[in-house]
Amino acid sequence: MNIQIRDISKQFGSFRALDRIDLDIASGELIALLGPSGSGKTTLLRMIAGLEFPDHGRILFGDQDIALRPIRERRVGFVFQHYALFKHMTVFENVAFGLRVRGRKQRPSEHEIRRKVLELIELVQLSGLESRYPSQLSGGQRQRVALARALAIDPRVLLLDEPFGALDAKVRKELRRWLRELHTRTGYTTIFVTHDQEEALELADRVVIMNRGAIEQVGSVDQVYQHPATPFVFDFLGGANVIEAQVRERCVMHGETEIARLPDGSQASGAVDVYVRPGDLRIAEAHQAGIDVVVTGVQRTGPLVRAAAALAGTGQILSIELPHLHHDVPRFVTNERLRLRLMQFSVYPRAVKASPSTTIAAPMLIGRERSRSRLG
Amino acid sequence: MTHSTTQPARHGLAPAFHSENPLARPNSAISEGTWTQRILIGVALLYLLGFLLLPLIAVFAEALRNGWETYRQALLDPDALAAIRLTLLAAGIAVPLNLVFGLAAAWAITKFEFRGKSLLVSLIDLPFSVSPVVAGVIYILIFGRHGWAGPWLDEHDIKIVFALPGIVLATVFVTFPFIARELIPLMQEQGMDYEQASLSLGANGWQTFWRVTLPSIKWGLLYGVLLCTARAMGEFGAVSVVSGHIRGQTNTMPLHVEILYNEYQFAGAFAVASLLALFALITLALKSYLEWRHGDELSAIRRH
Repeated sequence: MNIQIRDISKQFGSFRALDRIDLDIASGELIALLGPSGSGKTTLLRMIAGLEFPDHGRILFGDQDIALRPIRERRVGFVFQHYALFKHMTVFENVAFGLRVRGRKQRPSEHEIRRKVLELIELVQLSGLESRYPSQLSGGQRQRVALARALAIDPRVLLLDEPFGALDAKVRKELRRWLRELHTRTGYTTIFVTHDQEEALELADRVVIMNRGAIEQVGSVDQVYQHPATPFVFDFLGGANVIEAQVRERCVMHGETEIARLPDGSQASGAVDVYVRPGDLRIAEAHQAGIDVVVTGVQRTGPLVRAAAALAGTGQILSIELPHLHHDVPRFVTNERLRLRLMQFSVYPRAVKASPSTTIAAPMLIGRERSRSRLG
Repeated sequence: MTHSTTQPARHGLAPAFHSENPLARPNSAISEGTWTQRILIGVALLYLLGFLLLPLIAVFAEALRNGWETYRQALLDPDALAAIRLTLLAAGIAVPLNLVFGLAAAWAITKFEFRGKSLLVSLIDLPFSVSPVVAGVIYILIFGRHGWAGPWLDEHDIKIVFALPGIVLATVFVTFPFIARELIPLMQEQGMDYEQASLSLGANGWQTFWRVTLPSIKWGLLYGVLLCTARAMGEFGAVSVVSGHIRGQTNTMPLHVEILYNEYQFAGAFAVASLLALFALITLALKSYLEWRHGDELSAIRRH
């Protein structure tokens, strides 16, 4: 089912939960709504489900506008964050619920219901547990019952609200992989909400990154990670060090030091913020451009080594992450002076109000360090 | 230490206190001295014995003082039978009414947002804070011969005060909060997720209510009905004002007990009183059973 969301707005009192949202979802896609709490992602999901109604705008399932239709007419499979399994019903009855409440004419025969329910229970790998009650199941099993129950009505779209929020880390990872496989197998158009970027990036075909009731960026996992459209997206996916700098003729200058160079053809100039991920900082060769820092602390956390370093001049603290076997690791010693290379970074015009002289127009541009290949 | 607590039986050397609740250890930081404990428990027991158990025993002892036959006679007295019938009838009407309205009020309060919600919540508690006598007087004021609606009712030959409708009204007023108060915290804790899940699966409002909402609150509801019934049968003040004390017609059991007592018919008074006490004990037993059997689902109530 193609879903088109057109110009949707929603106000809760004085709080603008959604502000003129447009979004297209293709049939069979697996989409993540990602954002911090209060970003409007859950409101948008509930609106597609029919649990909230927009103040303004249209939601099209195919070519039918369902924005103001009640939830029971939409045929959506909704999986609640805490599953909302009916406690007084067995697994079987929970899954059968959507079939049993149908009007006399559309209701399948008892035999047909039984066949379909058992098939779904097998699909979610819970065969043999159909006479258990929800309280006798683990969190991951409950989650799968909720999914089977939602699939029983043959939904036009499957909606999941923080599907792994209530599970522990290990189960979460298994279930994520399983859900991905299930999606490949069944092909339901699926939208899920999460605040966990790792979850969104691992599971989804496309990610919708939301902030303050608006969509910041929509794109494939690679697109949003490699080419974040806004500073918010950059920061939200993986964290960022932000360094104030000036761009002069494609040279990114921090004070009088050239810390990086922009690729050919970039139009940026003036005051900018350089965004660089902790994992994209490496030790530079002596003659390379880079930022001069003094290491202030090193901490090993399993497979990662985290270091903190103060920027020469301003004293701003940067965080750096290295794989624990990386050849740079031994040189990260407290009080050591180092020059760090920005392997990959983005430049955005400095917050417009702070420096009106900026000449870069949004959306901004991404720089990629290529000195290694140039030096050959 | 951890070893001995996990496998105390096999090793046979775990000190007794390890397998017990750690708070019960003799030298636990929060435990009092033995004597303090004994005195506290003793005082509490004596108090319960003196003020609760003794009167209860006394009621039954007094009722049976002149033998079983007198007891039977006192209960089979036509006025006593009429009182029992009226009490059961009034409770039988008032409790279902409160069941429906309590459920509706709890539903409205927990599932919807609307203006004046906190006012409604306070109103539900009104019967708890108003003296039952006042409630009775209010009904006299409205429906009595000289009340606001009195002349109109007279014209149409409708009797409310000094008749069954008045007694039912007074009982409804006094017992209204019991069911709503039980259900509100329970339904609040459950939230709207179950109903929303049901609707999303295509169920309509009725199906959702009967198949999802009602089963999930049934034990809380039953608990509320039980408390409501106990109170409805035992209500004295409000009913006393509106009943008119017509023997054999508008006397409920508590009123009948009072009349007999005032006429020095102690055997009869205590016989009827013992029956009321018996109803109370049955209610208590049922209530304990519910708490024991379905404590999880009722726990929301006890927490609030």
